Amino acid sequence: MSDIYISQSAEIAARTLGEETVIMSTADSTVFMLNPVGTAIWTAADGTTPLSQIVEERVCAEFEVSPEEALDDAKAFVEKLAGHGILLISDSPVSGGGSL
Amino acid sequence: MAVSAQHPGTKADHGVVIEIGGLPIEVQTNDAGFERLLRNRYGNYVSPRTARYSLSVDLTEVGGIDADADTEVWLEGDEWRMQRGDFRARWSPAAGQGQVSQSANPYAIDSVLRIVHTLMLADEGGFLLHASSLVRNGKAFLFAGVSGAGKTTMARLAPADVALLTDEASYVRNLDGHYYAFGTPFAGELAQPGRNISAPVAALYLLHKAPENRIEKVDAATAVASLLRNILFFAHQPQLVRRVFEAGCAFVDAIPVSQLSFFPDQRVWDLIG
Repeated sequence: MSDIYISQSAEIAARTLGEETVIMSTADSTVFMLNPVGTAIWTAADGTTPLSQIVEERVCAEFEVSPEEALDDAKAFVEKLAGHGILLISDSPVSGGGSL
Repeated sequence: MAVSAQHPGTKADHGVVIEIGGLPIEVQTNDAGFERLLRNRYGNYVSPRTARYSLSVDLTEVGGIDADADTEVWLEGDEWRMQRGDFRARWSPAAGQGQVSQSANPYAIDSVLRIVHTLMLADEGGFLLHASSLVRNGKAFLFAGVSGAGKTTMARLAPADVALLTDEASYVRNLDGHYYAFGTPFAGELAQPGRNISAPVAALYLLHKAPENRIEKVDAATAVASLLRNILFFAHQPQLVRRVFEAGCAFVDAIPVSQLSFFPDQRVWDLIG
């Protein structure tokens, strides 16, 4: 399966506090709180790093989880955030990603 | 969108200055009965001061909006527009003036006032919060939560030395970097307006009913997320949302936020103050 690339939407306000991140959608004021794993993926969402590489370097290296399980969970996670418009998913690298 | 207003150039016959949070707004009307209604409803919040802000009310049947429609607020040019089944209104922040077209009921002007206050508060790092707030020993304590969490219960259980600011919508201002809670006439289940006083905010408690009383500090992210989920948002305009987000973060930097697990009897107040 081809890789995917993720970048932060500009339509948000966000702050990382400790190992967690609070994100608010400026479109509908919905609030999300990311746990440490979610925060690791979020902060690496620069639009140019493949999700599989983010999972390998930021998740598997830091948290005790198998690469396959981590990638499946990460895909579900980013799709959920993308569904709320706070994360953008692309099948090719996006220049100027990470627009916080 | 057409919004009817007092005829330009004619001054309303009746004006009632309603001062909430130290921000006086003169509500102008040509209807003596509506003026009496305002004076009755806002009681201790009717102020003798000269108002910097004004809302001109035109009493009329509001057509073209679903009677059950939720409140909508949006920015059009430099003006905020707002509407619900029973009112249409506009508010110019630059002029500090607005017009309201509404039927002769107190709920419409009450909603407009809440919205206008949230817009004014956002400019200075304050907000309206789904929370009861009460004053003890000169300090304000805020109790936030969704419906049923216990906001009104905390107010009902308060001992005699505690003053009620509100059991529904807490009014928080950031004045020179210090947070103050103000009384409001916006009542919840208690159906009782708060005292028209203010006090520095000492703590925010996130309410959780439990078999025993306990206070537990929450981490900063939980505090910010919980606070933001309880801030009254009427307009989803990006700049406004960002300002309120930053206001929530700044508040949590300055004020301790804890979870208050409580059994609903008076002993919970042994932990407060």
